[in-house]
Amino acid sequence: MSANPPAPQRIIELRAVSRAYGLIRAVHNLDLVVHAGEFVAIVGESGSGKTTTLKTINRLLEPDSGDVMIDGVPTRSHPAHLLRRRIGYVFQRIGLFPHLTVAENIGITPKLLGWSRAHIAGRVGELLELVNLPQSFAERRPAELSGGQRQRVGVARALAARPWIMLMDEPFGALDPVTRDALGSEYRRLHERMRLTTLMVTHDVLEAVLLADRVVVMRSGRIVADGPPRVLMNDHPDETVRALMDMPRRQALRVAALLEERARG
Amino acid sequence: MDDRVAVAWQQLPLYLGEHIVLSAAALGLGLTLSMLFAIAAVRNRYVRWPVLTLASLIQTIPGLALLALFYPLLLALSALSEHLFGRGFSALGFLPSLLALTLYSMLPVIRNGVTGILTLDPAIGEAARGVGMTDWQRLLRVELPLAAPMLMAGVRTAAVWVIGAATLSTPVGQTSLGNYIFAGLQVQNWVSVLFGCVAAAALALIVDQLLALIESGVVRRRPVRIAAGVLVLLAGIGVAAIPRSDAASYVVGAKGFTEQYILSALLAERIAKEGGVAMRRTGLGSAIAFSALAAGEIDIYVDYSGTLWANVMRRTDIRPRTQLLAELRDWLARERRVDLVGALGFENAYALAMRRNRAAALGIASIDDLAAHARDLSVGADFEFFARPEWPALRDAYGLDFAGRREFQSTFMYDAVATGEVDVIAAFSTDGRIAANDLVVLADPRGALLPYDAIVLVSADRADDPLVRRAVAPLLGAIPVETMREANYLVDRSIDPLPPVAAARWLSENLAPRN
Repeated sequence: MSANPPAPQRIIELRAVSRAYGLIRAVHNLDLVVHAGEFVAIVGESGSGKTTTLKTINRLLEPDSGDVMIDGVPTRSHPAHLLRRRIGYVFQRIGLFPHLTVAENIGITPKLLGWSRAHIAGRVGELLELVNLPQSFAERRPAELSGGQRQRVGVARALAARPWIMLMDEPFGALDPVTRDALGSEYRRLHERMRLTTLMVTHDVLEAVLLADRVVVMRSGRIVADGPPRVLMNDHPDETVRALMDMPRRQALRVAALLEERARG
Repeated sequence: MDDRVAVAWQQLPLYLGEHIVLSAAALGLGLTLSMLFAIAAVRNRYVRWPVLTLASLIQTIPGLALLALFYPLLLALSALSEHLFGRGFSALGFLPSLLALTLYSMLPVIRNGVTGILTLDPAIGEAARGVGMTDWQRLLRVELPLAAPMLMAGVRTAAVWVIGAATLSTPVGQTSLGNYIFAGLQVQNWVSVLFGCVAAAALALIVDQLLALIESGVVRRRPVRIAAGVLVLLAGIGVAAIPRSDAASYVVGAKGFTEQYILSALLAERIAKEGGVAMRRTGLGSAIAFSALAAGEIDIYVDYSGTLWANVMRRTDIRPRTQLLAELRDWLARERRVDLVGALGFENAYALAMRRNRAAALGIASIDDLAAHARDLSVGADFEFFARPEWPALRDAYGLDFAGRREFQSTFMYDAVATGEVDVIAAFSTDGRIAANDLVVLADPRGALLPYDAIVLVSADRADDPLVRRAVAPLLGAIPVETMREANYLVDRSIDPLPPVAAARWLSENLAPRN
């Protein structure tokens, strides 16, 4: 036995995970490891199994077979609701509770965990600042906010109980392009600052390439490519991966050409 | 007018109080059960369909039938409990009413609760699970608060239904605002009927408005409104539930028609004169009255020999008057431990009657004569008559074949024959409206109709009570048919009618001298 260099800590690990809906196999025999501090994006077409994969991690869906481990412990060994309180979850449709104020929405997981009222109030103040919302929003209701503001609250809610894992399912998919870009890069900074481990599902390859350290490409319930964006964009042997990953580069080149024309004209 | 309103006001505290307690208990129980069913239906889609279907099905049963069905069911359960644990319970009055109304209240709450939760945005449910709520936390913190407005709308509907339907509990022996309506309908006291309707409607309206206040408090999250609405409701129930001192030691029963109201008042008056405290339970269904006596729920009432012969003994043959009475007395004592104290002297039998001028024009004096014309005539009766064994017996004995037949509430039957809507009715021989409407009773030469002696029945518990004996003795054989007919007419006449209690007083002053 030779001594190995210390391996990076495995935070999320999926081992041979399969999940079907009736006869349709959504995820098939999938292995995936996410290390501490990584920002991983899963891309792929609709129905490729991205969201199913993500939801097996916080047990919103249970795998038919295979194991999901968090910090090396099978997720099945604890009740699902306790697991979810330790994992931030943000999704496209946000799901703010309309009968609660912004502060109550943000403070919900700490409240479930039994934090004191003062502790929760302090944490809500911090989070509003962190997601760039004025403190005066605390007493507003979700219906009074714009789409972008709502998803800022959604992110704050997910971060409230200081999780170190964030699962994000098309988090900015329903927002206008400007807000989307701003929120994406703001979140990336939060990820760095709070040393989070983030797994994000998106169908927007450009977003994936710009935000993530590592991109996982899925097709028909399997992983067909997995690597840093730079590597995947560089003449990947798989044709569909090439077609997918070429897109941001082609768009970038077209935009560059356009800018050049303008400059000349 | 003023007199009848004054009497109605006097009865209001008792009737309204009982009505409120019954409705509140049924709503409270119904709400609790509905919530449990609604939650089960939301959580499990295999439970959903059966629960919603069953609740809808119950709603299709007419309220009165639902109440009536609970009586035999509870009677059987009570007998079973007595057999198993040596203790029975009252199958009459509060319990059957409570259970029927509880069932009745459930549909709107279950349906609105299930719909309210299932139509929530699925994203909210996903978020609730995502932030780490358990199933119960999701229900209590998210789903129920968000479905609350819809749920409250269901509660309001249920409350209005229950308060309205509670008036139907009078025939199973539960005092309610329905007493105004049922008694009024019988003795054609329309003031009483109207009073009962207005009181029930006003109660429903007030409760609905209070619930609306609570609803608006829930929707706008104003705890003060919720508290105010709940407090007023609870205060109302509290006041209604204060026990009234009506510790009656003798319960006198009566079925739901004029003669019964008068006779029960007469019996109560006699018991009071002998030093007893009597309470009347009036408007009982015909079959319920006897079961109630046999079960000891009421102590005394007047029934008719032919009714028990056919309905309780299930006999289809016909015996002469005295022989039938003797056989009935033996059978009741042996089989049901009910004491037939004696006959009052008159018969209240079914008798075919026609308008005098019409009978004269057709030359009809007996049922034999009628048979020749029956093909061109229509016959009317109360809800019971055509289902009784004597109808086919009568029909076959005379070969009657009418052109049509209709059934009426007995009050309206006399109006129907008077206006010519039907030609012949199966009238009651003591009814004052026979003379009042100028009807003739057709002779029964073949003796096809059962004898119906008015008889005083006493429950097993009271059979040897000397006070009851003393109270009843002066009445036996002391009421000839003409006297009873006149007493009935005092109440049934359209001009200056008397309340049954006044007619009872008149009757007690006009008892036939006994030999």
